[in-house]
Amino acid sequence: MEIAFYSAGTIAVIATLKMLFSHDPVHGLLYLVISLLSVAVIYFAVGAPFAGVLEMIVYAGAIMVLFVFVVMMLNLGEATIAMEKAWLQPRAWVLPVILSSLLLGLMVSFLANTQPHLIGTDVSIKQVGIALYGPYILAVELASLILLAALVIAFHLGRRDEDAEGKTQ
Amino acid sequence: MMDWLTDETLAIIIAVLKSVVILLGVVMVAAFLIFVERRLLALWQDRYGPNRVGPFGLAQLIADMMKMFFKEDWTPPFADKLLFWIAPAIAVSGLLMSFCVVPITPTWGVADLDIGLLFFLAMAGLSVYAVMFAGWASNSKYALLGAVRSTAQTLTYEVFMGLSLLGVVAVAGTFNLREIVEAQKDMWFVIPQFIGFITFFVAGVAVAHRAPFDQPEAEQELAAGFFTEYSGLKWGMFFVGEYVGVVVVSALLTVLFFGGWYGPFLDAAPWLAFFYFAAKTAFFIMLFILLRGALPRPRYDHMMAAGWKVMLPLTLINLLVTGAVVLMRTPPVAL
Repeated sequence: MEIAFYSAGTIAVIATLKMLFSHDPVHGLLYLVISLLSVAVIYFAVGAPFAGVLEMIVYAGAIMVLFVFVVMMLNLGEATIAMEKAWLQPRAWVLPVILSSLLLGLMVSFLANTQPHLIGTDVSIKQVGIALYGPYILAVELASLILLAALVIAFHLGRRDEDAEGKTQ
Repeated sequence: MMDWLTDETLAIIIAVLKSVVILLGVVMVAAFLIFVERRLLALWQDRYGPNRVGPFGLAQLIADMMKMFFKEDWTPPFADKLLFWIAPAIAVSGLLMSFCVVPITPTWGVADLDIGLLFFLAMAGLSVYAVMFAGWASNSKYALLGAVRSTAQTLTYEVFMGLSLLGVVAVAGTFNLREIVEAQKDMWFVIPQFIGFITFFVAGVAVAHRAPFDQPEAEQELAAGFFTEYSGLKWGMFFVGEYVGVVVVSALLTVLFFGGWYGPFLDAAPWLAFFYFAAKTAFFIMLFILLRGALPRPRYDHMMAAGWKVMLPLTLINLLVTGAVVLMRTPPVAL
């Protein structure tokens, strides 16, 4: 299990870095998909198969598909790659690198004081369900409200405005 | 000398051998379907089909494979090399991976995952990348249009594919496919979950890109859709990948709704288990082929509208009713 954890973690870090440094948007998204899949492997390794498979279905299988879909529709060509290259100058990296190394330092110093948390036992789907609809019921309801709001907004944006269409014709 | 051959290592070796046999079996059945489909379609349409090579034309497959191997494997100069090469590999492996959760008989099957059904949904979700990357990397307008269509179609049909399976999960009380089969000992789920069966069948046809849902490769409109620029063995991988999808979806229909390996006289003759599984799967594979011969291709917007406006509400209602029935049958818990 530890081998799986560390190798998947290494792949995730490398893929995420490749994603940051790639000039082609579609290649970047491919690396992001790889990174998400290796995070799913980490979930499997630490004994949370349900979280892992949801990571695969929701992030890699649905959200990233939409990202790739939009990038594909825009059909960005050589011009965009050249623009990306022009934007990604070394000085553009300075501030983000300082900020994220600050966060990394905080995280490392925090994690250094805790005991390892690898449980080694699988959390079954049933346990997740009981926890979600027991102590965390409020969070589930709030999340469903947010999703409903998003659905209504999407419907409003995508609705065909018949009055406006009649005027333009 | 044979110290390493303990019971444990022997069990591992047997399990690995079984997995390899199942893998080869699925791939060979999928490849053989290239011949079976042409022959069956021809017979149903009062033609002969390929009947020249070997007895009954059975060796046609070998001839086809030889042709595919020796064709020039051409990568267009305007294509994106990396994605152009990855796409066919995803096309074959995506759905092939999901066959490992399918229980074939009480003793045969690759993996016995508790999240079996979700694993299939994840693999089906990932296999859409094959079409997208193929379409985008080809850098040609027909391929791109095919890929765009395919993505929208797959997203639409995956939404209610997951929902159509939840009825089965609610009745069986598990995501584990082996336990789902065992829950059907007395009654196949096609009876209480008939709507679930119909919707999953439609979604399965769409996910495998089979007619009448073969919009991504509609040849009259899009040349050949997302694999217009492919040739040789890479094209062959897309072709075999499509049949792998047909085999996997047929096997899942058998396992989820038609009792898997269960059938009459199973107690007297346990070897019938594989026969029942294979016969039921073969029936659905032939149904896939018959659909292609019998139905016209609907217009693209009609197909999308049917997915969102008919199938999605239908699966939601099915889930609600199933949930109510399951709750009614469970004895009340004292709070």
